[in-house]
This record gives sequence, structure tokens and C-alpha cells, in this order.
Amino acid sequence: MPETFFGWVLFLVDKYGMIFVKGAGVTLALAVVGTAIGCIIGLIVGIIQTIPVDPEDSIFKKVFVKIIKWFLDAYVEVFRGTPMIVQAMVFYYGAMSMFDIDMSPMFAGFLVVSINTGAYMAETVRGGIDSIDPGQKEAAVAIGMNHMQTMRCVVLPQALRNVMPQLGNNLIINIKDTSVLNVISVTELYFASKSAAGVYYRYFEVFFVTCVVYFIMTFTASRLLRMWEKKMDGPADYDLVNFDPMMDPCGAVPLPKVKKGH
Amino acid sequence: MAEKELLLSVQGLQKTFGEHVVLKGISMDICKGDVICIIGPSGCGKSTFIRCINFLEQPTDGEILYRGVNAKKAFKSLPIYRTKVGMVFQQFNLFNNMTVLENCTVGQIKVQGKGQEEARENAMKYLRHVDMSAYINAKPYQLSGGQKQRVAIARALALEPEVLLMDEPTSALDPEMVGEVLKVMGDLAKEGLTMVIVTHEMAFARDVSTKVVMLNDGVIGEQGDPGEFFSHPKTDRAKEFLSRFQNL
Repeated sequence: MPETFFGWVLFLVDKYGMIFVKGAGVTLALAVVGTAIGCIIGLIVGIIQTIPVDPEDSIFKKVFVKIIKWFLDAYVEVFRGTPMIVQAMVFYYGAMSMFDIDMSPMFAGFLVVSINTGAYMAETVRGGIDSIDPGQKEAAVAIGMNHMQTMRCVVLPQALRNVMPQLGNNLIINIKDTSVLNVISVTELYFASKSAAGVYYRYFEVFFVTCVVYFIMTFTASRLLRMWEKKMDGPADYDLVNFDPMMDPCGAVPLPKVKKGH
Repeated sequence: MAEKELLLSVQGLQKTFGEHVVLKGISMDICKGDVICIIGPSGCGKSTFIRCINFLEQPTDGEILYRGVNAKKAFKSLPIYRTKVGMVFQQFNLFNNMTVLENCTVGQIKVQGKGQEEARENAMKYLRHVDMSAYINAKPYQLSGGQKQRVAIARALALEPEVLLMDEPTSALDPEMVGEVLKVMGDLAKEGLTMVIVTHEMAFARDVSTKVVMLNDGVIGEQGDPGEFFSHPKTDRAKEFLSRFQNL
């Protein structure tokens, strides 16, 4: 048996390495898929919640929109307002006892993470849309775009760019918070670590390793998203087009050279 | 002289925001080739008036006729009418997520249904016109205020509107850049583009416009030929207003 702390760490990594890797895999899958689906839910909910009410719309449309908005509001409040660990219990055991649905812990996990993230992202997307200068929308309307075109071409691309940091936040939170799913025995990293620790009663050493694995995952996620953001922004510089390919070649006079950039 | 072709006719336009009455019934005819400058003290409803013409604000009462037909019913949909009535904003409002070229093509492609190539060619024509064709790959945040406004003018023109509405196009620019935008506007006026311009540039209104309209307190205070209006204003209110601009 190893004597020192690091001796134990090496020993446990050697013996239970695969368990850590598998646990980390499950954690990542839950976090990434849950965040992705959550973003889609959040996007849809956020967009619906920012539909403007036009006084000229028919009463039917007004009432319909109002009811939908009320339901979505309720969804956001309930899932933001209760802990994910409790939601997991309610979904997993509730489905079984109320509807006789025996879903796998993994499926329940995906469901809970997605719906929970969706509630947060809905608010984030709403904030992103509200943060866009109303002038952008006005200009789009003034060149004849309808509401859908305005949203798709002008408002959403800008809003979603602004939402990116919060998406990173949610992904990192999900990587960490999927650990609560151990209560419905999803074998994610925390659950796997607990099992490994129990064998030799080396809690400190095992969870030290777990800590490092979590950090590697979150740090990588954070950097990757930062790179994605940079890519979305496009190049900071632009080239002046001094030669205009559309110009009639007969009368083309090159434009004076202008210094590039600002 | 031949009868001028009537494009837009505003009749008894009223607009209230809650209790606050901004426009108290304004009527105006806009004919082809007109360059109408709307002037007046702050808060008199100039911007509201121009925004009502393309229904960015819903008029409370009154009618806007496009070639004699109610503007809201003259085309299949309101957006099509809006492409006939271009708008240039004080704050430029270029689409921040698009390049200069995309700003000028997106409306043609999405609203008018033109093809990429045609839209591009058309956009280039107008960008060249405002001398911004070298900047097609730039994003709005990389441009100066004057450049942005010139692109915004090209964006509006690319849809080939029959009337161009301008809401204080030079008010957000520093003095140096005002000149370049006014020059573009002056050139457009010379080419016979129909324009309605809300402005505080009195010299521009005097030299370029075909008609000056002074709004005051939600009604037309005085209107007429620019030469006449600036040299011999009839009403006291106009005299007082003009006296504040010393370099005329």
C-alpha cells in the first residue's frame, strides 16, 4: 500500500483511471447535450416572450400570445426557482409512481439538465434581445422587413453574440452541477468518484483527482467558448477595396490610396 | 409650367402620445422632385411627423395618400410601401452585424427579392455615389460618423425609393463631418431625388430646398419658398426662430 499522499493519488489513478474517464465522459455528455438543448429551449422561449403586442392585431392573436407568454413565464419561474437536485428526484420518481414510466436515470438526467438550463437561457436570451438598440429594429422595419426578417437578420445575430458569455457560464455550471444527479444514480464523475473512494476509504485522494478532472473540463470549455466568440466577431481589420470590379473598365480611374484601418 | 407629379399627400395628420398631443393636424403635399426641409424648435414634432409618413409611428388620425391611394392599402403590404419611402436616421442605425455591402444588399434581397449579384451591383452603384465603395468590407463600428451616415444613405437609396425621408441626418455628427454628408445630400437634390428633410442646417435649407416648412407646437407655423422664408419671414414666431441663427 502507498505511504504518501501522491503515492495514493498515483495508485488510485492507476487502478480506477477508467472509472474517472467514464464518469467524466458521462458528465460531459450531460452538460454539453443538456446545455445545447437548453439553449434551443431558451432561444424559443426568449423569442416568444419578446414578441411585441401590436394594438392593431386581432383580439384572438392578442389573447393567444398572452396565454402562451403566461405559460412560459410560469415555466421559467418554476424551474429557476427550485433546485435541480429536487427536480431530478421529482422527475425520476414521479414519472415512475404517477405515470408508470420507468425512465433510465441517464434519460431523466438529460431531461432535467435541459429543462433547467432552458429556464435560465430563456431569461438570458430575453435580456440579449432587449439589449439591442431599438434603432436597429427601426432601421430594419424602415427598409421593409417584417418582424420575422427583422429578428432573423438583424436582432438575433447581435443578441446571440451578446449572450455567448452567459452560454459559457451555463455550460460550466452544468459541468459542475450535473454532480447532483448522483441522487438518481447517474454514474457521472461525482458518483463514480464516490464509488472509487469507498473501496480503500481514500476520500481525500480520490476527490483531489476528481477536483483536477472537473477543473480540466471547465477550463477547456471556457477557453473553447472564448475562441468561438472570437471567431464570431470576425477579423478586427478590414481591407479597403480600391479596385472596384463592378466599374466600367473603360473609364476606371484608381481611387486614391487610403491608409488602412483606424 | 407643367403640373408636378404628386407622390405623397399628408392630410390632417394627428399624433398623440397618451395625453400629450404632438401633431395637431398637419397637411402637406410632396411632389416628385421636391426637396422639403422641415425646421422648427426642438420638441415641435418634426421627427414625429417624418416618422408617421412611413408608419414607424402610427398616426392617431389623418391620412397619408400615396399617388392618391391610402398608403396602407396602396401595396400588398405595408413593408412594400416602406421600400418606396426610404428613411435615414439621426443615429445612422446601420446593422452592426453586417458589413457595409451587406447593409446595402439585405433589403434588396430579403424584401425586394432580388438576386445576390443584382443586389450587389445596385448597392455598389449607390455606395460609389456616396464615395464609400472602398469600404464595402468594413463593419459599421470601424467607420466614422460621417461615413456611417453616407452608407446609411446608400442603404436607403439601394431600394430605389421614390421619396427619401431624413430625420436630422447631420445632428449626430461633429462639424467636420457635417459637410461631407450635406454635400451628398446636395448632390442628390440636384439629381432630382424627392426628399423630406428634418434639419437644423439653415444654410442647407435655404440653398438646397424647394420649400421650407416650419413646424411650431404641432402645427405648420409658416411655409414657403426658401428665399422668401429666410429673407422675409411673415410670422413673428418664424422671425424669432430665425434670429437665433446668426450666420444666415
